[in-house]
Amino acid sequence: MTTVAGSSEFYLAQFSAAEGHLPGHDTPWAAAWRRNALNRFRELGFPGHRDEDWKYTSVKALEKQPFDSVLEPSSHLALTDIERLIPAGVECIRIVFVNGHFSRALSDTAAMPAGADVSSLATKLRDEPAAVQSLLENSPTVFRNGFGALNAAFMTDGVFIRLAPRTVLKRPIWLLFISGDQDRAITSQCRNVIVADTDSQATIVEHYSTTGGKATFTNSVTSITVNDNARVTHIKLQQENTTGFHFSEIDVTQNRDSFYHSHSVALGAALARTDIRVTLQAEGAECRLDGLYMGDGRQHVDHHTRVDHVKPHGKSTEYYKGVLNGNARGVFNGKVVVHEQAQKTDSSQTNRNLLLSRNAEIDTKPELEIYADDVKCAHGATIGQLDDDAIFYLRSRGVDEALARNLLTFAFVDDVIRRIEIAPLRKQLEQTILNRLPAGTSLRGLV
Amino acid sequence: MASTKYDIKTAVDQRYKHGFVTDIEADTIQPGLSEDIVRLISAKKSEPAFMLDWRLRAFRHWTTMKEPVWAHVRVAPINYQDIIYYSAPKSQDDRPKSLDEVDPKLLETYEKLGIPLHERAALAGVAVDAVFDSVSVATTFKDKLAEAGVIFCPFSDAVRDHPDLIQQYLGTVVPYTDNYYAALNSAVFSDGSFVFIPKGVRCPMELSTYFRINARNTGQFERTLIIAEEASNVSYLEGCTAPMRDENQLHAAVVELIALDNAKIKYSTVQNWYPGDEHGRGGIYNFVTKRGDCRGVSSKISWTQVETGSAITWKYPSCVLRGDNSVGEFYSVALTNNYQQADTGTKMIHIGKNTRSTIISKGISAGHGQNSYRGLVKVLKGADGARNYTQCDSLLIGDKCGAHTFPYMEVTNPTAIVEHEASTSKISEDQLFYCLQRGISREDAVSLIVNGFCKAVFKELPMEFAVEAGRLMSVSLEGAVG
Repeated sequence: MTTVAGSSEFYLAQFSAAEGHLPGHDTPWAAAWRRNALNRFRELGFPGHRDEDWKYTSVKALEKQPFDSVLEPSSHLALTDIERLIPAGVECIRIVFVNGHFSRALSDTAAMPAGADVSSLATKLRDEPAAVQSLLENSPTVFRNGFGALNAAFMTDGVFIRLAPRTVLKRPIWLLFISGDQDRAITSQCRNVIVADTDSQATIVEHYSTTGGKATFTNSVTSITVNDNARVTHIKLQQENTTGFHFSEIDVTQNRDSFYHSHSVALGAALARTDIRVTLQAEGAECRLDGLYMGDGRQHVDHHTRVDHVKPHGKSTEYYKGVLNGNARGVFNGKVVVHEQAQKTDSSQTNRNLLLSRNAEIDTKPELEIYADDVKCAHGATIGQLDDDAIFYLRSRGVDEALARNLLTFAFVDDVIRRIEIAPLRKQLEQTILNRLPAGTSLRGLV
Repeated sequence: MASTKYDIKTAVDQRYKHGFVTDIEADTIQPGLSEDIVRLISAKKSEPAFMLDWRLRAFRHWTTMKEPVWAHVRVAPINYQDIIYYSAPKSQDDRPKSLDEVDPKLLETYEKLGIPLHERAALAGVAVDAVFDSVSVATTFKDKLAEAGVIFCPFSDAVRDHPDLIQQYLGTVVPYTDNYYAALNSAVFSDGSFVFIPKGVRCPMELSTYFRINARNTGQFERTLIIAEEASNVSYLEGCTAPMRDENQLHAAVVELIALDNAKIKYSTVQNWYPGDEHGRGGIYNFVTKRGDCRGVSSKISWTQVETGSAITWKYPSCVLRGDNSVGEFYSVALTNNYQQADTGTKMIHIGKNTRSTIISKGISAGHGQNSYRGLVKVLKGADGARNYTQCDSLLIGDKCGAHTFPYMEVTNPTAIVEHEASTSKISEDQLFYCLQRGISREDAVSLIVNGFCKAVFKELPMEFAVEAGRLMSVSLEGAVG
C-alpha cells in the first residue's frame, strides 16, 4: 500500500524520532499522555467527509504534503519583524512563539503584574510538571478528533497562564504565533492552557501569522478555564498567508457567574478551521461569541462553535458574519445544546453571510438541541447580497456603484470589528479590511 | 379524558391480535424477503415485465445498502425477514359487522374529532357494504373525475391500464437508489394511489384517500405517484385525523409528485398512526420518502403535514425546484407526546432561476417526546434570484421533552437570498393565567394556545381538515399538562 505523503501514517512514523525532543518526555505521566494521544490519533486519523462535523471541509489537501515538526527553537526573526504585526499604540504583554517554540528574545513580559503566573508550557512541564498535570490529562480536546489528538502527541510548546484570585490585568496578553520556513514545509503544534481564577480579569489575544516561504500547518489547541466570577476576553486573529493550513480548537469551561467573550477574526490561510466549544457548567455563566470570516481567491474558512448549557440561568449570545468573494467557501456551524437541568437559559445566535461573487459558496447550519422547557432560544441565519435599495440611495447621492458596494460591505463587516475593545487593534483590522476591498483605498478616510 | 390515550391504545392493540389472521388462502405469503418474494408479489399483481425488472433492480440495490443512522431518533432494530411483504385485502368476515361491535372508546375519540358518522364506520374497519352505500358515493365522484379526464386509481390498476405513464414517470423523482427505505419500498410496494391530471385541467374536487374505498388496505409499503400536466391544478389529501387501526410496525412509503409547466400540486397529510403506549412500547415506525419535482416553469408544489402519530417519524417532504420561477412550500406541524420521536423537515433544492421556497415548521414536544426539524435549503449555481424563507418554531410542554433544529443551508449563488429563523419557547404562565382567570380550564387553555401556535400551518389545510386538525391537537395532548 502506498501512503499519501502527509497522511496520518506520516505523522505516526515521525513520532518515535520526535518523542525524545518533546517537552515532558522525561516525566512519566506526560510521556504516557502523549503516547495515549498518539494511539487516539492512530484510531481517528484525519477526519473525512463522512464525518458530519467535516462534511463541508476536506483536509485532503493537507494530507497531500508532509509537514516537518520543528523540534528545536530557531532565532531567524528579529524584533522588527514582529513589531509591525502588533498595532502601534497597543500596550501589551507580548509573548512570541516562532515555529511552535517560545522566543524569549522577541517577547516582552516586563509589565507582568504579580498574581499572573505566565510561562511557556515547555518550561512549566520541565520545572513544575505537577502544576499542569491535571489540566492536560483532563482535557477532552485530546479525544474529540484527529487534530486534537495529533496536537497532544506532537505539542512542542504553548503558553501557560494562571491568574491568581482577584488578579486584574490592565494590559492585554498578546500571544503571537509565527510560523514559516524558507526551505521546508513545517508544522507548528502549540497548546495553550489558561486558567482565570475567582474574580480575576484578563484580555488575551491569540494571534496567528506566517512569515512566508513554504507551506505551513498550524494545529493549535487552547483550553481556557474561567472560574467563579472571572472575566476573560479572548481575541483570536488568524492572519496567515494563503500557503497556510490552519486548524485550531478552543475549549472553554465556565464556572459560576463567569463571563467569557470570544472574538474570532479569520482573514487568512488557504484552509482554516476553528472550533470553539464553551461549556457553561455552573449557574449564571455567560458567554458571548463574536466572529468574522472573510474569504477570497480559493480560501476555505470554517467555524464550528458549540455552546453547552449545563446548569440554570446561563446566557449565550453568538454573532458571526462572513463575506465570501472569488472562489472562496465559507462554512459556519453553530450548535447550542441546552441540557435537561439548564432551565432559564437565554440563548441567541445569529449568522449573516454576504456572497459577493458567482463562484463563492457558503454552507451554514445553526443548530439547536434543547432538553429543557423553560428556556428562551432563538437563532437566525441569512445568506444574501448587498441591498439594492441601499446601493441606489448612495448612487442617487453621487457615490459611484463600486464605491457604494465597498462602503456597504465595509459597514457589514465593521459591525463585528467594532465589538473589539482594543482601539488600536480595531483600527488596524479596519485598515486591513479596507485594503482587501477593490475600491477600499478611497474609503481610508473613514477609519 | 386523561385516559383516552390509553384507550386508543387498547383499541389499536386489539386489532393487533386480529392482524393478518385471515383465511388461510393463497393470498398471504410467508414472512421474509428475497428475490423470490419480489417475483411473487409482482406475479400476484400480474404486473408487466418492466415493473418486475424495476422491482428486482431495487431489491438488489437494497441488499447493498445500510440503514441510515444520522437522524436524531433511536430505532429498535428491525428484522426485515420477519415482515410479511404481501397480503391481499382482508376478508370481510373478520371485520366488525356494524358500529355496535366497535370499541366504544374508539367511537368516543371519533366523536371528539367531529368525524362524520358514515366515515367513522369506514375508519373503524367495519365491512363497508354492511353499513352504508359509500361505494356509490365513491362511484359518483369517479364519474365526475373521469369526465374531467382525471385518472385517480389504485397504483396496481394504473400499472395495468396506463403502463406507459408509469414507465415514463415512476422513480424519476425518488429513484430506487435514493435511500434505504425508498429502495425497500420500490422492491416490495404493495399498492398506493396514482393520479394523473391532464393538460389544463383543474381537478374538480379535492382528491382524498377517503373515497378510494376499493384501495383501502394498501399495506405498509405504499407508493403514490401524482402527475400534473401543463397548467393543471390538483389538491390531494392523505390520511385522516382519526386514529387509524393498523397492524404493521414499519411503514416505508414513497410519494412522488411531478408538476409540469404552470401546474400546481397541493399535497396535504394528516398522519395519526398508532404512537405506542405511554411507556413508549409499540407504535408505528413511519419512514417515508416524499419528494416533488417542479419540472416545468412556474410550477408549484406545496406540502402541508400534520404529524401527530407514529412512534418514530422520519420524513422530509421535499421540492426540487427545477423549472424557472417554480415555487415550493412546506408547512408542517409535528407533535410528539409520551415517548414519540420525530425527525422531520424538508429539502428545497433550487435549480431554476427565480425559484422561491417557504418553510414553516412548528414542532410541539410534550411528555418525553423528542422533536427535530431537519431541513436543507440548497441553491445551485444557476438559480439566480432564488429566495427562501424558513421559520421553525418549537413549543416545549414539560421538562422531559426535547426540541431540536438542524437546518442546513448551502448557497452557491450570490443573487440568492436565504433566511432562516428559529425560536423555542414554552407556554408562558402569563398566557395560561389570562385564560384561567376567564374561566377556561387549564387543558382547554393549553389547547387554545397550541392551536394558535399552529395556525399558520392549519390555515394551509383544506377547510374540513383544518377543523379536525385543531381538535386532533387537543386529543393528542391530553394528559400532557396539569
